[in-house]
Amino acid sequence: MSPEYIKEIVSNHKGELGALISILEDIQDRYHYLPEEALRIVAGETGRSLVDIYGVATFYKAFSLKPRGKHHISVCMGTACHVRSAPGIVDEFTLQLGLRPGETTQDGEFTLETVNCLGTCALGPIVLADGHYFSNVKRQDVKKILPKIKSGFVEEPGDREDRLFPVEVYCPHCNHSLMDEQNPIEDYPAISLGYSFNEMRGWVRMSSLYGSHCLESEHPIAADTTVKLFCPQCHAELVGKTACFDCGSPMVKLGFLGGGSLLMCTLWGCNNSEISLNGHHRRDEHTGESREHILG
Amino acid sequence: MVTLTINGLKVRVEEGMTILEAARFVGFPIPTLCHNDGLSPYGACRLCVVEIGQEPKSKLVSSCTYPVEEGLTVRTASQRVLKARGMIIELLLASCPQSKTIQDLASAHGVHQQRFKQEYEDCILCGLCVRTCSEQMMAHAIGFRGRGENRSIGTPFDISSDVCRLCGGCMYICPACQLRCTYNQPQHAICNACANLRPPCIEKEGYNNLMCYMEPCVACEIK
Repeated sequence: MSPEYIKEIVSNHKGELGALISILEDIQDRYHYLPEEALRIVAGETGRSLVDIYGVATFYKAFSLKPRGKHHISVCMGTACHVRSAPGIVDEFTLQLGLRPGETTQDGEFTLETVNCLGTCALGPIVLADGHYFSNVKRQDVKKILPKIKSGFVEEPGDREDRLFPVEVYCPHCNHSLMDEQNPIEDYPAISLGYSFNEMRGWVRMSSLYGSHCLESEHPIAADTTVKLFCPQCHAELVGKTACFDCGSPMVKLGFLGGGSLLMCTLWGCNNSEISLNGHHRRDEHTGESREHILG
Repeated sequence: MVTLTINGLKVRVEEGMTILEAARFVGFPIPTLCHNDGLSPYGACRLCVVEIGQEPKSKLVSSCTYPVEEGLTVRTASQRVLKARGMIIELLLASCPQSKTIQDLASAHGVHQQRFKQEYEDCILCGLCVRTCSEQMMAHAIGFRGRGENRSIGTPFDISSDVCRLCGGCMYICPACQLRCTYNQPQHAICNACANLRPPCIEKEGYNNLMCYMEPCVACEIK
């Protein structure tokens, strides 16, 4: 425990009214519990008596004065969860981790606790682990939950924002699909195109998630370069009639599966793209609100 | 100045007083336990309960924390108040039957029965010691810890405090950590000997052999 860090936390909350709980929360975030020495430093820095701080620290169940593990598991034992066999889940955690509720594993990884209600009774039995809720937990789910907690909840693929959706495009000249299923980007088939600029030629694969600008190309391409794009199947140059709203560069037009077309700006780094369905434009949401106008 | 009615008597008192102060000022007694004139009001024991407002909508409040209001109607000894007060004393008795202060209160308020399990707690959480320590002794050495069932009074981390001067003010003011007169029945729930049972302990056989060193209780004073 470093006294400097505690002092820094206190100074971050200087001047705030009722900052004591925030200070204690910050300390607990760092050390997973409230060390005695830390409380003494907080008392000295804030000018409040140690008794008051100790009273607050012991009043709230969220604070612990005993060292806790890196990962904190709370099993709800409220009435609704209890009747849906929450005690069995506690037993299973006890079995898997070898500790009773309120205890911490020897390696300091896990702390198991039971709580009386997490407020989402309809989803019970509930397990709360490091701020993540698991609902409708069954006894056999415990084995699957533990590795997730241990790995620190790395985002699983597919867990993306809703506004990102995959598109499928084809070449407007040869009607071949431009989707490259062998080389997926972000777990979806990539849009594969050829490019040329400054007498350089190569391939580029872009994420087919609309709104995502993830791509890989054969050569590094400097931003603000206008490139020409080609179909990898028929090698025809992709052209469009419209100019980009943002930069004025020409936009290429790709066929959009399901009718309509996808317009893409050819200025590298501009990332502007539009979907036009039945003549109406849907602008890429990162650049502005959707505008509607008829394609020329 | 604020005009209010206490037990049917119209009185004018200064603004900012509590009902307890106003009632005592005009001479109506209200029993208290956690109240002390030198300390801030806390409202823990609820013994000073009074009834305010008009009948069907009247409510019970603790007079030591309730400031006087213009036109307030207060009854300090209505049936409802006496019933509530009796229950409070009975509950205090259950948690701390060894306290002489509480036994004297029981005697004075005619509490003849004790229907709850005796806990023999050594603290009723009235907060007198905490307030004495911080307000009169300026030490801030003890305070409340935990909550609910686990609430207790003591020093942080249960180790001797470096701001405590061992003045003993907390022990002096404590209503719970004292001995009561038990005659020769220490396990009896209510000492009763005094006002409630006949004959009082001082008239009982063998009283002189007990060598009672206690302050006179209600019965001693009656006699």
